Amino acid sequence: MKVMFAAFLSAIVIAVAADLALHRAGFSSEEVTAGPSVRLD
Amino acid sequence: MILRNFLAVLAACLSLSMPVGAQTDDTRAATGGAQTLEDILARQRGEVVDDSAMRAATGDPDSAAGIAEQLGTLGGASDPDLWRALRYGSADITVSSRSPAAGVIIQDGGMEWLQFREGPLAHYGGYALLGMIAVLVLFYLIRGKIRIDGGPSGQTILRFNAVERFGHWLMAGSFIVLAVTGLVMIFGRLALIPLLGKEVYAPIANVGKWSHNNLAWAFMAGLVIVIVVWVADNFPNKHDLKWLAKGGGLFSKGVHPPAKKFNAGQKIIFWSVVVLGVSISASGLSLLFPFELPMFAKTFVILNATGLPQLFGFGELPTVLGPHQEMQLAQAWHGIVAFVFMAIIIAHIYLGSVGMEGAFDAVGTGEVDVQWAKEHHALWYEETRGAASPDVPAEPAE
Repeated sequence: MKVMFAAFLSAIVIAVAADLALHRAGFSSEEVTAGPSVRLD
Repeated sequence: MILRNFLAVLAACLSLSMPVGAQTDDTRAATGGAQTLEDILARQRGEVVDDSAMRAATGDPDSAAGIAEQLGTLGGASDPDLWRALRYGSADITVSSRSPAAGVIIQDGGMEWLQFREGPLAHYGGYALLGMIAVLVLFYLIRGKIRIDGGPSGQTILRFNAVERFGHWLMAGSFIVLAVTGLVMIFGRLALIPLLGKEVYAPIANVGKWSHNNLAWAFMAGLVIVIVVWVADNFPNKHDLKWLAKGGGLFSKGVHPPAKKFNAGQKIIFWSVVVLGVSISASGLSLLFPFELPMFAKTFVILNATGLPQLFGFGELPTVLGPHQEMQLAQAWHGIVAFVFMAIIIAHIYLGSVGMEGAFDAVGTGEVDVQWAKEHHALWYEETRGAASPDVPAEPAE
């Protein structure tokens, strides 16, 4: 059962890492869709 | 309702009393190319309306009045001409947004997509899942839990090593979250918001969307591992037909058609997971990167070349699709595949847990009872035992 829980933990790690990596690589909705003339904050 | 019925009867009477072709030509000429009553009625009947006249009627800049003359500033295109150009995507649009689809000002596929998503997709998908659960409950009530006929031996044999189990659970764990969060999304407006209220649903949907988007990568990683470690053992062999002919022994006690590492039923599950998993990943990637990975126009070109859509009466599928149409088709396909996938996996989860004694151990600890192995995977057991003890000749398979 250790392997099962290790896989679940890995899934969470992959999800968090994917979220961070995609944001840093400029794939957030803001970066992709907004232009310089759009104020989001 | 009364009004709708009245209009339906009126439309039917009108459509019966009008000779369609002649009327359309006459009335179209009379309206100068604009849509006619017959066009409106045909659209209400769900027929395809020839809109080429309206598509082309977007003004004529060459015959524009001088700039100082009356209506000269319109540049030869009236306001309706301009709206038609926007409506049919032929207007020259400049936008400051960087979104790939920002130049599409009007698109009318959204309503059709929404009606499909909230109608047939949600309803038939829901019925498929409930139907599968009902079948399994019925199967359990009739057949009960499939026991180890010879009783547990107490001795175990390694069925799946750590890498195999890791790949299985990486995919399975993420699949369950993806399935639940996907259902939360599709049934949100239909069922959950009326049930829970918007304030409760909103954070659930927010967490669900984040989980769905990001756990997709874990699912894809698990899918790759599972394909790599198990594909060699899942090619069909001569034993599969015998296994299928006996229903895998699932429907009667004491019947155990021999199987290698995977029996025919497991192979069906494996190849379903591969095909559906790859397809749902492709449409999922298309949805994760909106408008960046359009796939359907290219897919339709290939499908048209096979002649299958024409054979089944769909005619030539459209090979030029707008950015929103691509996204709508990707979402619709993602949903269709997801419901089929979930229905199959519910059956898999049942047989791998409460449905069969000793089955869960294969992916739990990796060690299965020797008697279970002899009954359900006799050929694999003999091969494995023979490999482990080369001095002891393996017993004949059958």
